[in-house]
Amino acid sequence: MELYQLTAHRLHELLVNKEVSSEEITSSVLDRIKKVDETVRAYVTVIEENALKTARKVDGKINAGEDIHPLSGIPVAVKDNMCTQGIRTTCSSRILYNYIPPYNATAIERLSEIDAVIIGKTNMDEFAMGSSCENSAFFPTCNPWSPDRVAGGSSGGSSAAVAADETIVSIGSDTGGSIRLPAAYCGVVGMKPTYGAVSRYGLIAFASSLDQIGPFGKDVKDCALLLNVLCGHDPKDSTSVKYNVPDYTTYLENNVKGLKIGIPKEYMGEGIDPEIKQAVQQATEKMASLGAEVEETSLPHTKHGLSAYYLIAPAEASSNLARYDGVRYGYRAEDCEDVVDMFKKTRSEGFGPEVKRRIMLGTYALSAGYYDAYYNKALKVRTLIKRDFDTAFEKYDILMSPTSPIPPFKRGEKVDDPLQMYLVDICTLSVNLAGIPAISLPAGLVDGLPVGLQLMGKPFDEGTLLRAAYTFEQNTPYHNNKPSL
Amino acid sequence: MVQYETVIGLEVHIELKTNTKIFCSCSTEFGAEPNHHVCPVCMGLPGVLPVLNKKVVEYGILAGLALNCQIARFSKFDRKNYFYPDLPKAYQISQYDLPLAENGYLEINTGEGVKRIGITRIHMEEDAGKLVHQGSISTTPYSLVDYNRTGVPLIEIVSEPDLRSPEEARAYVEKLKAIIQYTDVSDCKMQEGSLRCDANVSVRPAGTEKLGTKTEIKNLNSFKSLQRALEYEIERQIDLLEENEKIIQETRTWDEERGITLPLRSKEEAHDYRYFPEPDLVPVEISEEWVDSIKSRLPELPDEKKKRYVEQYGLPPYDAGVITVSKDMASFFEKCVGIYPEAKTIGNWIMGDLSRLLNARNMDITECPVKPEQLVEMLKLLDKGTISGKIAKTVFEEMFETGKDPGTIVEEKGLVQISDTSAIEELVNTAIENNPKSVQDYKAGKKKAMGFLVGQVMKASKGKANPQVVNELLKQKLDNL
Repeated sequence: MELYQLTAHRLHELLVNKEVSSEEITSSVLDRIKKVDETVRAYVTVIEENALKTARKVDGKINAGEDIHPLSGIPVAVKDNMCTQGIRTTCSSRILYNYIPPYNATAIERLSEIDAVIIGKTNMDEFAMGSSCENSAFFPTCNPWSPDRVAGGSSGGSSAAVAADETIVSIGSDTGGSIRLPAAYCGVVGMKPTYGAVSRYGLIAFASSLDQIGPFGKDVKDCALLLNVLCGHDPKDSTSVKYNVPDYTTYLENNVKGLKIGIPKEYMGEGIDPEIKQAVQQATEKMASLGAEVEETSLPHTKHGLSAYYLIAPAEASSNLARYDGVRYGYRAEDCEDVVDMFKKTRSEGFGPEVKRRIMLGTYALSAGYYDAYYNKALKVRTLIKRDFDTAFEKYDILMSPTSPIPPFKRGEKVDDPLQMYLVDICTLSVNLAGIPAISLPAGLVDGLPVGLQLMGKPFDEGTLLRAAYTFEQNTPYHNNKPSL
Repeated sequence: MVQYETVIGLEVHIELKTNTKIFCSCSTEFGAEPNHHVCPVCMGLPGVLPVLNKKVVEYGILAGLALNCQIARFSKFDRKNYFYPDLPKAYQISQYDLPLAENGYLEINTGEGVKRIGITRIHMEEDAGKLVHQGSISTTPYSLVDYNRTGVPLIEIVSEPDLRSPEEARAYVEKLKAIIQYTDVSDCKMQEGSLRCDANVSVRPAGTEKLGTKTEIKNLNSFKSLQRALEYEIERQIDLLEENEKIIQETRTWDEERGITLPLRSKEEAHDYRYFPEPDLVPVEISEEWVDSIKSRLPELPDEKKKRYVEQYGLPPYDAGVITVSKDMASFFEKCVGIYPEAKTIGNWIMGDLSRLLNARNMDITECPVKPEQLVEMLKLLDKGTISGKIAKTVFEEMFETGKDPGTIVEEKGLVQISDTSAIEELVNTAIENNPKSVQDYKAGKKKAMGFLVGQVMKASKGKANPQVVNELLKQKLDNL
């Protein structure tokens, strides 16, 4: 086994036992990036020098006999929409191709405080808008299992990097499935925490009321370790919630006896690939055999989720992305007649087609005379969807579904059909509308491609999700599947 | 000819004088080097989030209570979207449908007595930055942006369309300014832009109910321009109606130099601000206890103070009104009246010479070189007869120029009034000797001649002779001739 293939918790053992150094781990990962990233294209920026500097700092601490955090000295890849002070942060957009933030996102601050090794900035769909990682202004990220297929999006770089062993763990952001879908497509574990659990400060906004930062790992335990670092109130984010953050690793118990699991029928019906359905059915049988009480349930307003999501998210995006005007930073068009011309040209040349589509959609939804028919109605639907989940959680501890209705599709297959692309998020976006936590974990392979199982939980009950996911993982071989690169 | 009635509503923006900005911890101080009071948050850099400054809500509530508003228990922020280089996020965080305060009023004095002007709402918002052009905006080769002001907290106070003339509009803003200054939540300095005013104005045939088409006038940066712009605009609208032309609903700007309003943008060109709830902030919940605790700190406001001055000090209502317009002037008055009982006299000096000298030098009473104690000392010299009323004016001006005590000035300049009868008697005798014609006239019954002779004596004494003594002595002498 190479060091880059190991999990964070295994590497931590090796580190504290002084069997390996963080510098060796980091170098192993950097070499791996040099070897495979030509094919995978997970990274926009690799931070070699700083990474090795942090690694040596951690080694120094270990040699001095200091206690270290379980993620100290462990390589972490970061989606390129989180601000890193002094390091280019692009959102995979031409409009921010040269943007170097003067401050760190809170998530980055927290990782830096424990000396996690930030190894690079990962590729994504431009401004996190997309489900395939093909909407990057720079290059698409490929699926390590089959490079002619998409990695999933929008955090495709972060999931592919973990799957291709180009990092040990990574973080991404999830607005409608942007962590869970690429996790499913790349065969890794990815989690979207409860809205308000992780600070959004320094996360470049797509849709503020839906965005949430979360972890990717090779297994559930690595995700729990990252969650311990990321979660908790931040005075810089008014929407972050004050709550007692538990040690999430204490929930990693191989036991689901008596756990009540609901299978929402709307997530297993029309549009779901039969083989994916089968994989999820096998997963439910597995959970039942382990002592969970599994039964079918219903989230009746699910069918309206997609429409509501594609009004609310673009509406917020149209406002969040208005600041990219070429006045202060980023791309600025040349040869402009006046300031209005500069705005127009900068934005026309700086944004890609999907971003423009959503800005227009959102602008329209908020326009005078249409607000009530679209945006306001979408907010009402959102309330109904949230209520569906509240009702279901009166009866069930968690809900289980496929993460994606279809397996990883071929690159280029859906880029010209936005509606088909939007439908890929059908199983994940309601979770964001409701603000609840959800995790995607490997549930087998279909034609050699990974299938993701989604578990959804009660707000701030990440612990139960982790326990169920951990139990599933301990009793199935799926997380041991690796792509051959 | 048709008589027209004017309908005016005002939107007043007031900068709150909190130490820090509304959504970050940058300083709000006026006059710093450009772009020195900025941070990633007020610069709207990618990824930043606003955090509400609680002081802003507190100041807003204080202003709302002073203007007799109902304070919302539940209020929220919304985004107002538009592109402009001085607006770094391309949206302004403001309030739309759930403002901080609603349904208030203030009272103004008009020719027909006291009039109550409704206040529709007060909401909180962030200020934008400032563009610096090289010369005029239309010919500047480039513009620079100063973001120091970006994120300075504002409250917008919207009046009902209750104002019926430019004079009423002016009286409203003056009263509003006075009340806000009393609450100490803003300096309300129009010249520094901490009080800014937009006017909605329309005209309609007198006696009709339906409102005419309105225009919105911007760039009203002083009381004078407010009144002049409204006078111009009303006349412009009436002229259009008289010629059977249509008034276009539009935004116009006041050109101070040319004394006219000019179209800025029409209704069709008006921004669609696409307001929606600000997802980065949580709604503001305001407890009754909080409002009560703020209410208990509400100071005595101009109207109450005026009433008290009339009752307690016996000031004429007019004088009390003038003095209480400014909190600082009232405070000056109260300091004087605390150590000297002649309230009316103090009032006269404050409203007269003191105000005249301040205005001439464009100074605020807080910058006044004459302290209340010094004014009182001077009044006491006057009472004692040490100086005459005429000399007092000279002494006061000198005090204002130099900041010296009146006693010192009187001494240095030898301005002590001569009441010594023997000294004055000499001057009276000389005047009688030198002006036989006037003495004759007086004897012949022309009493006016007496005035001339008094003048001669005063002149000879360089104004220092006690005029009462001069009068008595002169009369005595002439009658005994």
